[in-house]
Amino acid sequence: MVFNANHLQFLLQGAGWTLLLSLIAFAGGGLVGFVVALCRISPIKAVRWASLGYVQLVQGTPLLILMFLAYFGLSILGFTLPAIVAAGISMTIYVSAYIGEIWRGCIQAVPRTQWEAAECLALSKVQRMALVVLPQALRIATPPTVGFMVQIVKNTSLASVVGFIELARAGQVVNNSLFEPFLVYMLVAGLYFCLCFPLSWWSRRLERRLVVAPRLEAAAA
Amino acid sequence: MTYQFDFSAVLAQWPLFLHGAWLTIKLSIVATLLGLLIGTLCAIGRGSRNALIARACATYVEAIRNTPLLVQIFLVYFGLASIGLKVPAFVAAILAMVINVGAYTTEIMRAGIESIHRSQIEAAECLALSRAQVYWHVILRPAMERVYPALTSQFVLLMLATSITSQISAEELTAIANRVQSDTFRAFETYAVVAVFYLLLSLVMRGFFWAAGQALFTRRRKLGTPL
Repeated sequence: MVFNANHLQFLLQGAGWTLLLSLIAFAGGGLVGFVVALCRISPIKAVRWASLGYVQLVQGTPLLILMFLAYFGLSILGFTLPAIVAAGISMTIYVSAYIGEIWRGCIQAVPRTQWEAAECLALSKVQRMALVVLPQALRIATPPTVGFMVQIVKNTSLASVVGFIELARAGQVVNNSLFEPFLVYMLVAGLYFCLCFPLSWWSRRLERRLVVAPRLEAAAA
Repeated sequence: MTYQFDFSAVLAQWPLFLHGAWLTIKLSIVATLLGLLIGTLCAIGRGSRNALIARACATYVEAIRNTPLLVQIFLVYFGLASIGLKVPAFVAAILAMVINVGAYTTEIMRAGIESIHRSQIEAAECLALSRAQVYWHVILRPAMERVYPALTSQFVLLMLATSITSQISAEELTAIANRVQSDTFRAFETYAVVAVFYLLLSLVMRGFFWAAGQALFTRRRKLGTPL
């Protein structure tokens, strides 16, 4: 048997699932990560410590182990859920810890004077965060966030270990029937590259723009 | 919930876990050292006046950074086997990890090298330092000092990523977990124990890198700050 259109279609289908899982991970992880970021700078000490513990715990454990824990943990609780749920949950946890730290850094990178000015204008805490700090943090956060999306797409490949048929798993399946590892995995790598490279490129572009813009403002002033 | 947690069957396998952890450590150390070497060379190569070398290094970095480690590992292990080079899983694992971490280190070291001010190098040339001396004393060491925090967190991530080599049955910690899990049918407990192992390893590593940073960079600047 040689590599044919059906195999390619199977791989492309896998790429579709990879994309879907990446979106789930980004949406879920972004949501939880936002909460983590806010908790990390909370004025309440216990909240700060708890969120720091969460981040350290997740960042000190390989995603592969998180996948297994979610997969087997859910079945202990008596759920027999499809692999995508276990993969989605573990990806969400993983992404939230990393992106939460990235966003915390971005929020704290907003100059202290902006926080103080907002306070002087008698804005409430929520107003200060939503109207003054977050819009500025968003600008700083865009390049690293897009850069991290590359990590998300790549790391969905680990969902293959819990039997979710995304791109890497699809590659394994095709390879098992053909035994053409070089061809198949090169194709898989190529497909991942097509998904990731535009993101890397975009992130770099955003970063350059961010570095240039404040300098121009300074020159004008 | 009717499930009874039972860690005793899993913990009884502790010599196996220690064996796996030791292999994880070995894998991490080798990959870190070789990756740092390759990364530094490629970072210098990226700034080379020879367009071909610069282009080749850039392509290597982009190709590796935009594809998953899992696929790279499969490519090295099964790809080498299919062209007749049968290497043991452990060697394939090291090879794949080195290639992978080399690309990330290149980017980090490049950032460090680019942060060295042109005038520093000119001053070194005026002082008649040889090219090797300029690279070592004026470029690489200060560059390394500046990117040290980024480098070390990359190496901790590398240690965690060695878990992926379990997929080609290199007998490290995660592969041991897979085995214990299928012997004892205590999957959740097994992976929980292994998670604690990894957590401890990453804590130890961070502590080690902190101490090494204090010993290596004696000027006591806050690490990562510009000169």
